Amino acid sequence: MEDKLYVGVSPHIHSRESVSRVMWAVCVALIPSGLAGVFIFGLPALKVTLISIVSCVFTEALIQKSRGKKITAGDGSAVLTGILLAYNLSSSVPFWIPLIGGVFAIAVCKQAFGGLGANIFNPALAARAFLLASWPKQMTGFVKPFSLDAISSATPLAVLKEQSAKSLSDLGLSYWDLFFGRRGGCLGEVCVIALLLGAVYLLWKGYIWPQAPVGLILSLGFLSWVFSPRGFFKGDFLFSILSGGLILGAFFMATDYVTTPLTKKGQLVFGLGCGLIAFVIRRFGGYPEGVSYSILMMNAAVPLIDRWVRPKRYGNKVES
Amino acid sequence: MDAGKFIAIIISTVFINNFILSQFLGLCSFIGVSKETKPAVSMGLAVTFVTTMSSLITWLVYRWLLFPFGITYLRTISFILIIASFVQLVEMVIRKLFPHLYRAFGIYLPLITVNCAVLGVAVLNSQDFFVNGQPVAGSFWLSLAQGFFAGIGYLLAMLLMSGIRERLELIDPPKSLSGVPLAFIIASLMSLAFMGFSGFKF
Amino acid sequence: MKRLIKEFTKGIIVENPTFGLVLGLCPTLAISISVRNALGMGLAATFVLVCSNVIISLVRKVIPDQIRIPCFIVIIATFVTIVEMLMKAYFPALNVSLGIFVPLIVVNCIVLGRAEAFACKSPVLPSLFDGLGMGIGFTLALVIIASIREVLGAGKFLGFHLIKGFEPIRVMVLAPGALLTLGLLIGLVNYWHIRKKTNKEIKKAGCDGCR
Repeated sequence: MEDKLYVGVSPHIHSRESVSRVMWAVCVALIPSGLAGVFIFGLPALKVTLISIVSCVFTEALIQKSRGKKITAGDGSAVLTGILLAYNLSSSVPFWIPLIGGVFAIAVCKQAFGGLGANIFNPALAARAFLLASWPKQMTGFVKPFSLDAISSATPLAVLKEQSAKSLSDLGLSYWDLFFGRRGGCLGEVCVIALLLGAVYLLWKGYIWPQAPVGLILSLGFLSWVFSPRGFFKGDFLFSILSGGLILGAFFMATDYVTTPLTKKGQLVFGLGCGLIAFVIRRFGGYPEGVSYSILMMNAAVPLIDRWVRPKRYGNKVES
Repeated sequence: MDAGKFIAIIISTVFINNFILSQFLGLCSFIGVSKETKPAVSMGLAVTFVTTMSSLITWLVYRWLLFPFGITYLRTISFILIIASFVQLVEMVIRKLFPHLYRAFGIYLPLITVNCAVLGVAVLNSQDFFVNGQPVAGSFWLSLAQGFFAGIGYLLAMLLMSGIRERLELIDPPKSLSGVPLAFIIASLMSLAFMGFSGFKF
Repeated sequence: MKRLIKEFTKGIIVENPTFGLVLGLCPTLAISISVRNALGMGLAATFVLVCSNVIISLVRKVIPDQIRIPCFIVIIATFVTIVEMLMKAYFPALNVSLGIFVPLIVVNCIVLGRAEAFACKSPVLPSLFDGLGMGIGFTLALVIIASIREVLGAGKFLGFHLIKGFEPIRVMVLAPGALLTLGLLIGLVNYWHIRKKTNKEIKKAGCDGCR
């Protein structure tokens, strides 16, 4: 009876979309890549992913409880952070790496700002940067694909950076190997086709826009092609796109709702900026891969981008 | 003197060894003035101007006054006096000639005297570009570049931070973290992101 | 005597320059990589604080008001130069690891802040104790931050290895770790203050209710 007397506020017709629904959809879209990772690197990949997810969800619940807030650890966003963090790790990391990473991602990068929707930086990427700076040795030991006895191997980008191989064929790899994920790397970034599958699903559902990923991928590929170490216009466009964590970063982290610009135009600017920074790090920096750092850096610029591309109010002169 | 050295200085002072995010110079003003974008940018521009000019003056004094007379131990005392009087002079000139500009920058100028970034750049110049008491090749221009781009790096960090902090006005962080502590956490995460540039090679 | 003790203790806890007043941050963060550095920096700053406070308090009636800041700076810079030269002569290793932050004590807001806020208005003895208290408070804060960073970031304390098999969190001795440590510590102090305040309020409300 009491329910009947309650006056609901508009809108009275709801679409079934909600933050939680979108978060779970992104998690689902990431499943193929995870399966591919387990297939390629074996059960350790599954272990790392599960530890990371549990760590994130548990930290979120603990902090919300201690702050006396409603516990929303089950809304999918903590799970998503856990999955993304794990996908950015090598499958050979010791168990405490995803554990600490999950705590750092949720406690420092998300809850310290006030929880979902308030964080400035992508928690998974910030945690990865934290882990990489703290334990570089553990974080850069990659496992050779399909060899369960954990023979370490470098990522193709790292090998090319150290100039020990001149081109892709020197590594004994083809573009198809990169496309299907037969290479060393983080457990969720190697299988490009599985990632694209998830991305197409999200694009088709309208959960993500293509501006940021396309801007990022094309600008990074274009710059790598033009300014290659071997001379102008001699770079390897396809290799630069298929290697590293570009596809994972472009479709799943440069499209995060919270930490990227609100408008389509802003997202394009965001993507182009990421591409430029990622290229500079790959080409001149100390790290072989720069996509995750580029997204973090552009995260810091999002409030400014949002301000510059703010849609004009119709009929008003916009004040600067 | 080659261009590569200049590019290295630019990239290094703006991104890798950013004065705020990795060298911790000028933190007080970074935390204090970065709540809104407009004052933050004004402060950044004022700092850039002062670091550039004081690099120039302190280099001249160090090279032609302190060295010839063998009184380099007076470096700290003379640099801070030069900076303080220069800032005072600028303040008076601006107030007299450009009252409009004074209203925008004026109140930040006295703050700059005790900004470690300004004295820091002067001291760093005298360490980096003088080897065994002799200026290295192009040392004057290198000092000038380091002064200017240190200011630009400061401006960049200020700009990003103020944008973020304006957005933070809208959210509800834990009470004990809101304000200064959260600003430090953001600076920490920004500094993590900027570590991506470490190990630069040309 | 009571007043002197009050001036001495306030700088250590209530008005602690780092956690209470949030001053002098640049050296706090840059130096706190190891406890050894922190102690050296803290003592150097304490020396400058005490000496400059005493001298400024002695000459406070002679200095014209308009040019007091430049005068303070000259006095402070003199003592900083003395510290610089002493350190170069007797602790060359410490001098190298503190780097440009020794000359930068000149622009440490704590020193100028105490000169402006306290020493130029107070007699010599209280100024001395104020400087000493602030200096020790600063040293204490530095040592706390440095202990956290050295233990977590390098697995050492004062250069001694602590735990075997502990993989140090290397980022704690880098720039992000410094900022993070300070942010969280200030947050902790705030939390403590807020709790104390609400406890008091509850107590008050409770008593009022009884009446």
